[in-house]
Amino acid sequence: MELIFERSVSGRAGVRVPLSDVPKAAPLSEALRRQEPVRLPEVSELDLVRHYTNLSRRNFSVDTNFYPLGSCTMKYNSKINENVGGLFAGCHPVLALLPGGENLVQGPLSLIHGLERQLAEITGMDEVTTQPLAGAHGEMTGIMVIAAYHKARGDNKRKYVIVPDSSHGTNPASAAMAGYEIVTVPTAPYGDMDLDLYRQAMNEEVAAVMLTCPNTLGLFNPHIAEICAIAHEAGALTYYDGANLNAILGKVRPGDVGFDVIHVNLHKTFSTPHGGGGPGSGPIGVRGDLVRYLPTPRVVRREDGGFTVEDHPEGIGRVSDFFGNFGIMARAYAYITMLGREGLIEVSEQAVLNANYMMARLKEEYELPFDQTCMHECVFSAVRQMEHGVHSIDVAKYLVDRGFHPPTVYFPLNVKEAIMIEPTETESRQTMDAFIEVMLEAARLARENPERLHEAPVTTPVGRLDETRAARAQQVCCE
Amino acid sequence: MGYCPNTPDDIREMLAVIGAGSVEELFSSIPAGLRAKSFDLPPGMSELELTRHMKEKAAACGADVVPFIGGGIYDHFIPAAVDHLASRAEFYTAYTPYQPECAQGTLQALYEYQSTICRLTGMEASNASLYDGGTAVAEAALMSLRITERHKVILDASVNPLHREIVTGYLHGLSAEAVQVEPKGCASDLDRLMAAIDGETAAVIVQSPDFFGNVQDFRDLAQKAHEHEALLIVSCYPIALGLVASPGEMGADIAVGEGQSLGNPVSFGGPYFGFIATRKRFIRNLPGRIVGETIDHQARRGFVLTLQAREQHIKRHKATSNICSNQSLCALRGLIFCAALGKKGFEELALLNYDKAQYAKSQLASVKGVDLLTRGATFNEFTLSLPTDASEVVQRILEKGVAAGVPLGRYYQGMEKALLVTVTEKRSKDEIDRLAVLLEEALWS
Repeated sequence: MELIFERSVSGRAGVRVPLSDVPKAAPLSEALRRQEPVRLPEVSELDLVRHYTNLSRRNFSVDTNFYPLGSCTMKYNSKINENVGGLFAGCHPVLALLPGGENLVQGPLSLIHGLERQLAEITGMDEVTTQPLAGAHGEMTGIMVIAAYHKARGDNKRKYVIVPDSSHGTNPASAAMAGYEIVTVPTAPYGDMDLDLYRQAMNEEVAAVMLTCPNTLGLFNPHIAEICAIAHEAGALTYYDGANLNAILGKVRPGDVGFDVIHVNLHKTFSTPHGGGGPGSGPIGVRGDLVRYLPTPRVVRREDGGFTVEDHPEGIGRVSDFFGNFGIMARAYAYITMLGREGLIEVSEQAVLNANYMMARLKEEYELPFDQTCMHECVFSAVRQMEHGVHSIDVAKYLVDRGFHPPTVYFPLNVKEAIMIEPTETESRQTMDAFIEVMLEAARLARENPERLHEAPVTTPVGRLDETRAARAQQVCCE
Repeated sequence: MGYCPNTPDDIREMLAVIGAGSVEELFSSIPAGLRAKSFDLPPGMSELELTRHMKEKAAACGADVVPFIGGGIYDHFIPAAVDHLASRAEFYTAYTPYQPECAQGTLQALYEYQSTICRLTGMEASNASLYDGGTAVAEAALMSLRITERHKVILDASVNPLHREIVTGYLHGLSAEAVQVEPKGCASDLDRLMAAIDGETAAVIVQSPDFFGNVQDFRDLAQKAHEHEALLIVSCYPIALGLVASPGEMGADIAVGEGQSLGNPVSFGGPYFGFIATRKRFIRNLPGRIVGETIDHQARRGFVLTLQAREQHIKRHKATSNICSNQSLCALRGLIFCAALGKKGFEELALLNYDKAQYAKSQLASVKGVDLLTRGATFNEFTLSLPTDASEVVQRILEKGVAAGVPLGRYYQGMEKALLVTVTEKRSKDEIDRLAVLLEEALWS
C-alpha cells in the first residue's frame, strides 16, 4: 500500500485551521525561523480517512481474530470502558497542581485513589502508585524503591538482583537500568527456578529477587513463600512481576505470600486495550516500610473526605510527568468496578479452565515439556514437528493463513521451539475448538506436506518479510 | 459478568476432556497456605450503573475551566478524523506487531509516524515512540552516556522541571551525574552552559521553547558541545516546529519531546507519547522499538520491527533500555493529526498560536503593575512578573473559572511573583481580553 506521503498532491488542503481573531504579530527573526515548512502530506480528509481505514484492515486484532498471544493476555476489551475512559479527555493535569485547583478535579483524584485501593486489595499490598506508564516502567520504579530502602538503611553493599532464566527480558533490563548487576538462576527439571541454585546465589550482596508467578511456563510455583523467606533472611527484598496476575485473582495475593513489591499490567489483567503496542499502564504496589519510598506526588484522602495531591519527600522522585496514564487507569477502574468481586474470581477460573482445555486437546500432537495442570497459559514445543523440518514459526504463519493470530513463539527461552498459548477467559469453547482443529491440521501437514507450512502465510498482503534486509538497510523513515 | 462465554454445559464437557472434577481442582497446585487471605471488593455493576458512576466523577474534573495553562501539556484542537480513525478496533485492540504479515497496518502507520517525526525535528532516524516527554528526555540522556561512554550530562534548568526530576531519578541509579545550570533571570544562561562543557560531558540538554517560553538559538552551543565530542540534546514542542527552527537545523544530535500536543487530549496526564529522533549514525543506540522497511519474497514492500538486537527481549540486561512497549495508539493519533493538517495547515496552526500569544502578551503586559519577564522571542507561552505572589492571583482568578497560568514559585526559588501563561489557538480574543480584565481585578480591586 502507498505511504500517506505518496498520496500527497502539492497544494491540496486538509483540515481547515480556524481563522484568526487577533492582529497579525511581527514575525520571528530569521535565525529562529524554520527555513521551510514541515514536509507533511497534502491530502484531503477523505484521502486521509480511506488511507488509515484501509491500513487498519491490514491488522489482526482481538475484535477481528482470536489472539492467543501467550504472556500478553489479549482478552476482550469491552466497549463501555472506551466510553467511560474518554469522559476525562478535557481535564488538564496541571489544574490539580494550581492553588485551589484540586477542588476542581475531585473526580479524577477520587478515581486514582479508588483504583489504588482496588489494586491494593487485589494484590494484598499496603499502598499502590499509578505513576509508572507500562509494566517495564513499573519494574524499574519498583527496583528503584527497593534501592532507596536499602540505601536509607545504610546498606550499601547490595549490588545484585536475582532473576530466573525464564523471566521476561524486561526484568533484568529494568534492574540494570536501576543500577544493579544481574544474577540468573536456571530452571530446574520440574519447571521452576532451581531452589538449590537460588539458595546458593542468595547472599547479603543481593538487593532483590524478581519472580513471575505463575511463571512464564504457565506453572504455579508452590515454593514462592520459601523463596521469599530465603530472600528476607538474607535482608533482600522480593519483587513480583504481575504479568500473569490474570491466573490468580481472588486465589492468591502476592502480598499475603511475602512479596514486598509488585507491578500490575492494567493492559493485561484489567482489560485495557493494547493499542498496537501501547499505551499500557504499570502501577506498583508495596508493603510496610517501602511505602515511604513511592514516587512523588501521592493522591491522599483529606480529613473532609476529599482528595489532595501531596509531595512525597522521602520518595524516589518522579518517574513520569503526572499521575500515570490516566485514560488507561480510568478504563481499568471501570473494569474492576463493573466486574466486582465475583466477576474477577470468575475471570481467573475461566482463564485457567480454557488454558487447560487447550493443553489437554493439543498435547497428543505437540510436545508438552512440562505435563502438569497449567494456570492461564500453556507452553508447547514444536520439537516433534522439527523432525519434519517444521519450526514453531511455520506453525505460527500457517495459523495466520487460517485467520488466527499466532501464539507467542520462541518464548520462554528455556523451552526449545516454544509455542505459548494464552486463550484468556473471554474466548468460548467453540472458538478454541476451531483454533485447535487448525493446530492439529498444522501438525498433520508437518508430516505430510511441510512445504505448505514453509510457504505460509499466503493470504496476507505480504508474505514473510526479509528481516535481515531491514536490519542492514536501516530504512526507518521515508526520504 | 467477566465477559466469560462458556455455559455450564461447556464447562462440564471441558472438565471431562481435561480429566478434572471441578474448576477448583485446577487450582490444586496452589498450596492451601498460599491462598488469598482476603478479597474484599464490592459486587459488580451493570453498564448503566457504571456509566452513572463514571459520569459523576467526570462531572467534577474542571473541564469547563478556561485554560491558560501549559507547562508541557497543551490544550489544542483535535480534528474529528483523529478520534474516528484511532477508534478503529483493528488498531486499538491489536498488540505489538510481532507477526508482521498480520500487522502491516500498525507497522506501516509507525513507519509513517517515524517519517513524520524525522521531518518535524530535522533528524534522520526516529524510534516508534516512548512513554512520554519526561521519560524521553531521560532516555536521551542515557543514550548520550552510551554513545560517549561518559558519565555526566549538563542539564539546563530552563528545561521543564518535571522532566528534570525524571532525568535525575534515572541517572541516580546508574551513578551518572546531572549538572544543572540555573537560568539567568527567565532565560537559559547560555554562557554558563557553554563554560560547563568539558571532556567529561556526555551531553548538554536544553529545551526550546524553554519552560519560560523562550524560543532559543542553540547553534553556538551545538558547536561548543561538538568541540568536546559531547552531544546536544534538544527537547522541543512539536506544534512550535511549524514555525521555529528545528533541532536538526540547530545542530542537535538527539531531538526529544512530549508528543501530546499532536492529537492527544490532555486527559488528566495521559496517555501521551514521547518522541526521540537522532542522526543515522546513532541509530543502534536508540531505545525502544524501530520499524524498518523491507520486502517479501515477491519483492512487495512491507514493514517489520528492526534492529531488535538492541532490545530487552533479546539482550536482557545489556539492552539499550528496559522499554518493551511503545505508545503506538498515541503515536498513531499524532501521525493522523499531522497528516490531517498537512504541510500548509501545520504551519498555519503554529502561526495562529504565535499570533494569539503575542496578542495576549501585549494585553496582559499592559495591566498595571504587570511586566514581561520573557523579553525575547517566544512561541505560545511567556512569563509575566506580577506585583504580588502569583499563586494567590491564580487562585483568585480560578474562582472565576479561568486558569490564568502556572505560578513558577513552585519550580524556581525566588520566582514567587512569576506567572507562566499559555495561549493556544483554542483561546479566543474574548477569552484573552477577559483574562486581562480578571488579572487587573485580582491585582487591584
